[in-house]
Amino acid sequence: MSSVATSTAPIGQTRIRLLEFGREHPSVLVGLAFVSLLFLVALLAPVISPHNPLSVTTDDAYLRPLSPGHLLGTDELGRDLLSRVLWGARVSLPVAFVAISVGLFGGGLVGMACGYFGGIIDLLLMRFIDALLAFPGLILAIAIVAALGPGITNAMIAIGIVAIPVYARLVRALVLQLKQMEFITATRSLGATTPRLILRHLIPNLLNPIIVQVSLSAGFAILSEAILSFLGLGAQVPTPDWGVMINSGATFLANDPWLAIVPGAAISITVYSFNFLGDSLRDALDPRLRK
Amino acid sequence: MTAYVVRRLALMLPVAFLVTIGVFLLTHLTPGDPALILLGEDRTPETIAAIHHQLGLDQPLYVQYAIWLGHIVHLDLGRSVITHQPVTIAIGERLPATFELGAVALLWSLLLAIPLGTIAAVRRGSLVDRFATGFAVGGVSIPNFFIGIVLIFVLSVSLRLFPFGGYVPFNKDAYENLRHIVLPAIALGTAGAAINMRFTRSSMIEVLNLDFIRTARAKGASMRRVVFIHALKNALIPVVTIIGLQVGGIIEGAVVTEAVFTWPGVGRLAVESILNRDYTVVQGIVLLAAFSFMFANLLVDLVYGWLDPRISYA
Repeated sequence: MSSVATSTAPIGQTRIRLLEFGREHPSVLVGLAFVSLLFLVALLAPVISPHNPLSVTTDDAYLRPLSPGHLLGTDELGRDLLSRVLWGARVSLPVAFVAISVGLFGGGLVGMACGYFGGIIDLLLMRFIDALLAFPGLILAIAIVAALGPGITNAMIAIGIVAIPVYARLVRALVLQLKQMEFITATRSLGATTPRLILRHLIPNLLNPIIVQVSLSAGFAILSEAILSFLGLGAQVPTPDWGVMINSGATFLANDPWLAIVPGAAISITVYSFNFLGDSLRDALDPRLRK
Repeated sequence: MTAYVVRRLALMLPVAFLVTIGVFLLTHLTPGDPALILLGEDRTPETIAAIHHQLGLDQPLYVQYAIWLGHIVHLDLGRSVITHQPVTIAIGERLPATFELGAVALLWSLLLAIPLGTIAAVRRGSLVDRFATGFAVGGVSIPNFFIGIVLIFVLSVSLRLFPFGGYVPFNKDAYENLRHIVLPAIALGTAGAAINMRFTRSSMIEVLNLDFIRTARAKGASMRRVVFIHALKNALIPVVTIIGLQVGGIIEGAVVTEAVFTWPGVGRLAVESILNRDYTVVQGIVLLAAFSFMFANLLVDLVYGWLDPRISYA
């Protein structure tokens, strides 16, 4: 019993701490609510979508918003716009997830190696990171997609590679700072091995700034994917992707503006939600960075 | 200062070298054989081999890189695989339109950002401040191609105030040139305006809390004088950094906006070249974008020190 009691105590404390955190920083809760809603939409799209986003019914083409059975109208092929927008979240959010994972894993490893080991490793790897940083982000993503070939998978990889230097520099700077701290010196003098020092002491202390960066990167990743798809380099037709939808909707702007405006609004709301969450988290977790 | 510039340039060399390797590899790993694109249907193994030899593609990769780098040093970026036009000329012809669009977009972003950021900082917590902070997040969240499409729909298609695309050179018809540039410049400059506004606001808040501002107020200077004569020029120093980086990233911003507004600049050339697999042009544009970004970074560092003498180059 006692072991159960001791193991539940920290969970209870964590819950209380989270509640206090939410009360102190209500904007974080608002941001979290928005982002959770987006994830819910992506998850439940097959259930909540009124129609199949790919089913073509040419007789129903160009229906205006608020038409019977089609709340946001239909596109040039009679596909339900609301269903396509809801399914669009299932494309954008996984892209952001994979791209950030690539950036975080690649950049985190490089940053940790540079910050922890220093010396020649730091010198060489950071030149590589500097070279990546020399490219404007979108140009690098476009160049990578051009090399690998257009498509959603390559777009994810490209956006992830663009994120690598951001995480590498962040992790390196934080590790350099942490290395100077007394608790790290003390742990090392007690005989802690390098893997233990990194896994048990450095990584937990990196989490707050990384969480902030992840939320900000998510907005960038979704925006970049939309741009690549809009240019014909990311998702391809007939995928219900917001960038692809804006591209094809722009052709019918004179008579059917909603075909471009609805997916554009979906991207803007999604990116805004992640940026808002990132900003709120930054203010809450790292007041030094507050602007 | 001179020593600092030399040191920075020396540090840039290995990075520039890595950048050239990256650009070379990226475009040489592109799927699809340029020879097949050039020859179309009339291809035989002999003609393919001849084109490979002509383009130097039959050489080992490191030899191809060395030859390519030698040409780059002499500002020879090769010829377009599709049009056979020298890449430097193809880019050079499109650059003025991109610069023009970038300059007007920057002007728009500053005209919006500096007054809004200043007022938001002076009247913290007011309605203007709330709008400004909302705009700071919103402006960077709305894709510029979507802003462009909304502008086209409202101001061009519905109200017929502006043309929805195309370009008229300034020396041909100045009025039409301005009419054509308004919408793409607003679309391109709005995200920059949000970033500049955010920096102006936070920097202005910091400066307004400094002692010399309090002294100026105590000596009887009006708030307007204190803000515009004393505070603003100090508050704008960090903004200069961001503006410099925006100028360096001009090609990046132009890629999508030029595609939306059929603006004949380098950005549109980049997209066309990627879709046509014209790898020499893509290589040239990516290289130009990277080098202008690197030099903008360097320039920003130097200008920052010149504007703020407290920064040491030791």
